[in-house]
Amino acid sequence: MTVPFEAPPLSLTSPLQAEKLCVSYGRRPVLSELDIAFPREQVTAIVGPNGCGKSTLLSALARLHTPQAGRITLERRDIRSYGARELARALALLPQNVTAPEGLTAAELIRFGRQPHQSWLRQWSAEDAAVVDAALAAADLQALAHRPLEAMSGGQRQRAWIAMAIAQQTPVLLLDEPTTALDLGHAIEVFELVRDLAAEGKTVVMVLHDLGNACRYADHLVAMRDGRVVAAGPPSEIVSRELVRELYGVDCTLVTDTDTGAPLLANVRRARDIAAPGSSIS
Amino acid sequence: MNGRPRIAAGAPQRRVRLWFALLCAATLLVCVASLLFGAGAIGPLDSLDTLIRALSGHTSDDNAWFTIESLRAPRTAIGVLVGAALAVAGALLQAVTRNPLAEPGLLGVSGGATFAVAIAIALGADAASLRVPVAQFGALAGCVAVLAASRVRGAGDDPVRLVLAGAVLSGLLYALTSLILLFDERTADEIRFWVVGSFAGRRPDDVIALLPGLAVAAVVVVGIARPLAALALGEHVASGLGHRPRLVRLLVVLAVALLVGSATAIAGPIAFIGLVAPFVARGLAGPDVRTTLWLCLPIGAVLTLGADVVSRLVVRPSELPLGVLTALIGAPVLVAVVRSRRLPTL
Ligand SMILES: Nc1ncnc2c1ncn2[C@@H]1O[C@H](COP(=O)(O)OP(=O)(O)OP(=O)(O)O)[C@@H](O)[C@H]1O
Ligand SMILES: [Mg+2]
Repeated sequence: MTVPFEAPPLSLTSPLQAEKLCVSYGRRPVLSELDIAFPREQVTAIVGPNGCGKSTLLSALARLHTPQAGRITLERRDIRSYGARELARALALLPQNVTAPEGLTAAELIRFGRQPHQSWLRQWSAEDAAVVDAALAAADLQALAHRPLEAMSGGQRQRAWIAMAIAQQTPVLLLDEPTTALDLGHAIEVFELVRDLAAEGKTVVMVLHDLGNACRYADHLVAMRDGRVVAAGPPSEIVSRELVRELYGVDCTLVTDTDTGAPLLANVRRARDIAAPGSSIS
Repeated sequence: MNGRPRIAAGAPQRRVRLWFALLCAATLLVCVASLLFGAGAIGPLDSLDTLIRALSGHTSDDNAWFTIESLRAPRTAIGVLVGAALAVAGALLQAVTRNPLAEPGLLGVSGGATFAVAIAIALGADAASLRVPVAQFGALAGCVAVLAASRVRGAGDDPVRLVLAGAVLSGLLYALTSLILLFDERTADEIRFWVVGSFAGRRPDDVIALLPGLAVAAVVVVGIARPLAALALGEHVASGLGHRPRLVRLLVVLAVALLVGSATAIAGPIAFIGLVAPFVARGLAGPDVRTTLWLCLPIGAVLTLGADVVSRLVVRPSELPLGVLTALIGAPVLVAVVRSRRLPTL
């Protein structure tokens, strides 16, 4: 089942889109003929079961994978035509699995985010320092700025990485599961930060597993399964019992949050008569 | 300055500068010691006397001055240059492989240079200036071979496996080098003398022969320091920051080959300096290669020349092979690195 989405108006206002994108690892295709567009200055959440290709999609959008077919355009220009640093000033990606060398502090990590803006002529400047300070503040890390990352909790470390991506100051920001290690309070902080960034004019794309928060904080929701987009649009329009069942193999009751109008999942239980899509993968 | 952001401004930077100054002073001290002490008959007091007279303009032709000027001075310069080169090569390899055990001696880079030089000597080459490019080529081949082996799927993630691959390669290359010694009696002595790694008997020409390779490598290193630092965060993050990891890796391999090739051609294979110096530098300054590379220069020089000075004194009037001493310092550090390794993952 494919829910059609209004491609023409969206693609006109989208800074980043992919057409007929095919990506595979070796001979195994992961993304097949995927079409996607992200609305400008809005928050997009990508949801889908484990292994459906969400991280692969973000990596391809950041030009870390070479697609077998199809093309990706950023501001109507093929991303292959961008220079390396030019792309890094236009688009930032926080990958799902990242490691830092032992002893690196949060402030040092966040400073790396300024590298795309530096060059031989333009070395570290007061402006860079101000941006790093602002990113530290945004991630609520001022008190931990000089603590090594390995001496932090998982959530604090994750916030430091988010701050690095923010310090890159790109108009497009891709975050792969930015809140998985965060407690409720800090997860909400990240979501509100993401909303603020969108309000400031950034286009934010994040991969989430929490459908409830995806509906609550995203303007645009993309549901993926098996390397394909099965639904895309405003959460309140596309989220349905059938979609939830198709994605995760679970039944649920959908209610509407009276405060925000966003759909909420209640009474989630395993569906009896349908094979869970994740079962064949794990 | 007013209103200057406080958190991002590097507070630890001042401490690093202090360390750098201290280490440079230590290098100077070791240099003086190297000019004063020897395994031979000229004692430190005689040497000091001669040195002071020379500094005030009274050069003399006596034995002491000859020993200092023609034997100990080039030996000192070579100790400093080779030590710094090997330390930097180690830091570069460790940064590019994200592996604190990556060291030219352990990975077969020195082995490649040694084997190439042994072949060149067996074929009749003996001028130092010819040996250097040969050794650089051998180092390049060794470096490429071991990195290719380490990029075979799965092995790259495990630092110990990279070192095992390097050990196998080194063992093979040294075995082949010994084979050359067996076949060629005539040059065997020359090679044998050189293969243990030593600064003894080097001439001023040898110092000159070192310089071009080191100069080119220095330019390359300055050019890639920033992307190399970003590579510590992983290949994907580095690309995301606008760097080209493949190009950086290629340039690092070139620089390492130039450094290790030059050093090995002049001093023979010397292990562990490339492991110990970056280890100490990281302990003092943290993981950023842009600072550890600077600290590696004096640390490598102090370690190498210091070991050389000690090697002249412990078994007077003969000398201990330098490799024995560097191994004595290096082995415990190797164990420490293996035990302490930890990367914070997200
Ligand atoms: N480096 C790789 N080599 C081979 N196959 C890979 C590689 N990375 C991912 N895959 C496979 O590609 C598919 C998509 O992976 P991807 O990481 O994009 O999934 P995902 O949607 O991000 O999942 P998750 O929710 O678990 O993060 C999976 O089946 C995975 O096994
Ligand atoms: Mg993923």
